[in-house]
Amino acid sequence: MIRVEHVSKSFTLHNQGAAVIPVMRGGELTVARGECVALTGASGAGKSTLMRMIYGNYLTASGRVMVGDLDVAQAAPREILELRRHVLGYVSQFLRVVPRVATLDVVAEPLRAVGSNEAEARARAGELLAQLNIPERLWQLSPTTFSGGEQQRVNIARGFAHPYPVLLLDEPTASLDATNRATVLALIEDAKARGTAILGIFHDEAARDQICDREVDVTRFTPGLAA
Amino acid sequence: MTPLLQVENIAKFYGARIGCTDVSFDLYPGEVMGIVGESGSGKSTLLNTLAGHLTPDRGAVRFDTRADGLRDTVTMSEPERRMLSRTDWAFVHQHARDGLRMNVSAGGNVGERLMAVGARHYGDIRASATDWLGRVEINEDRIDDRPSAFSGGMQQRLQIARNLVTGPRLVFMDEPTGGLDVSVQARLLDLLRGLVREMGLSAIIVTHDLAVVRLLADRLMVMKDGHVVETGLTDQVLDDPQHGYTQLLVSSVLQV
Ligand SMILES: Nc1ncnc2c1ncn2[C@@H]1O[C@H](COP(=O)(O)OP(=O)(O)O)[C@@H](O)[C@H]1O
Ligand SMILES: Nc1ncnc2c1ncn2[C@@H]1O[C@H](COP(=O)(O)OP(=O)(O)O)[C@@H](O)[C@H]1O
Ligand SMILES: [Mg+2]
Ligand SMILES: [Mg+2]
Repeated sequence: MIRVEHVSKSFTLHNQGAAVIPVMRGGELTVARGECVALTGASGAGKSTLMRMIYGNYLTASGRVMVGDLDVAQAAPREILELRRHVLGYVSQFLRVVPRVATLDVVAEPLRAVGSNEAEARARAGELLAQLNIPERLWQLSPTTFSGGEQQRVNIARGFAHPYPVLLLDEPTASLDATNRATVLALIEDAKARGTAILGIFHDEAARDQICDREVDVTRFTPGLAA
Repeated sequence: MTPLLQVENIAKFYGARIGCTDVSFDLYPGEVMGIVGESGSGKSTLLNTLAGHLTPDRGAVRFDTRADGLRDTVTMSEPERRMLSRTDWAFVHQHARDGLRMNVSAGGNVGERLMAVGARHYGDIRASATDWLGRVEINEDRIDDRPSAFSGGMQQRLQIARNLVTGPRLVFMDEPTGGLDVSVQARLLDLLRGLVREMGLSAIIVTHDLAVVRLLADRLMVMKDGHVVETGLTDQVLDDPQHGYTQLLVSSVLQV
């Protein structure tokens, strides 16, 4: 479902003497249906960057980034948005909160976006929030004022609301207690079992060993570090 | 899919001064495009040119009309263009007083737009106006008040009701949240987000506020000195800006 072929990426900092920072060269990766692949490598090696390139959040300088039939590296904005609506989910490290929107609606939104009816979307959102131990009295509040851990769980609930065929997870278990960590791992196992292709970044080694089928060390693609 | 709006090589000059130039893009049904850039970069000039308020010095602005498909709105007759601006387009001004009739009641402001497209039945018009005031969170008991008695945020919501009541397909907005308090802005943005989604509207939103486009726009166009310097998916342009000017814009705000 994901096929990354020979991608490269650099950042040019125009306002800092046009410094060019090459961050990736010769990046290769595949993730099949029902497979969970972990990206590994030291901090700053480019794990999040590669994930963002797959999501279309960072531009890819060269190479192909196939998600299903779409080359994200070449696609128009509306094609990427369509892909994100139906096929490609992403749980980022931090929840980007929209002011004034209730937690339940934040979680239900991806379902509304694919045309689910209101009652179903809310029911599914409530189910996930309950599973992730977000107390019901908070559901009608905006997550703006929630703790970091609560926001992260809301973010995860949102990411799992719609059963995307492809899922990107950037440190989904970071800073969760044992109970919530187990819940998140169970959600990932369920998604795998129904055929979701999953690409994840996990600092939590035990979690990685439990749910990932393979590891890809992005250090291999870090310019200047590759053997 | 046919674009709703197809802009080709538009330029507008004020004498020797560039208003905007070399602007081309396609906008598809349901898409929301943000135009950002600092003051004087040509955003309003471009928007007013697209909306038929200014005549470009060159270029074409093709709109997918209901009757005849893509038509160049620059070369069509004035009455045709005026009809489009009543039926298919809406324009939300930064200053509500430019988009409202201040000496007409709130209900009248909304009803007037319906009458302009042929509505005649008083009861229907009143019911529609009441419904729309509700949708923009203005209490029904304010229907007979004039907008001059409203707060800035309420005036802006009324302007939005007046614009959307006729079910336009394309909405132009020039700094719709400019000059409002931050909390009032949030409420307005939330409302706009909901309406755009519900009605499947296409929209072009001019703003200098990157938080506004992050929330509302699918795509972004960055302008500087009348030129487009960068375009792309909104989150991509904001998180991985390619042009030095965009990098400057993004880095000069603390958190978007
Ligand atoms: N938007 C950006 N602009 C400039 N440099 C960036 C940006 N995003 C990431 N980088 C740089 O790319 C490199 C890889 O970062 P990242 O992908 O976050 O690593 P990891 O997730 O493996 O810790 C780092 O040097 C980081 O500073
Ligand atoms: N009516 C006008 N007459 C002359 N120059 C104008 C007029 N309107 C705008 N300009 C100039 O055109 C440029 C773009 O202005 P404008 O479109 O208002 O920018 P923005 O909306 O991005 O602030 C500026 O240099 C401005 O001074
Ligand atoms: Mg990272
Ligand atoms: Mg302006």
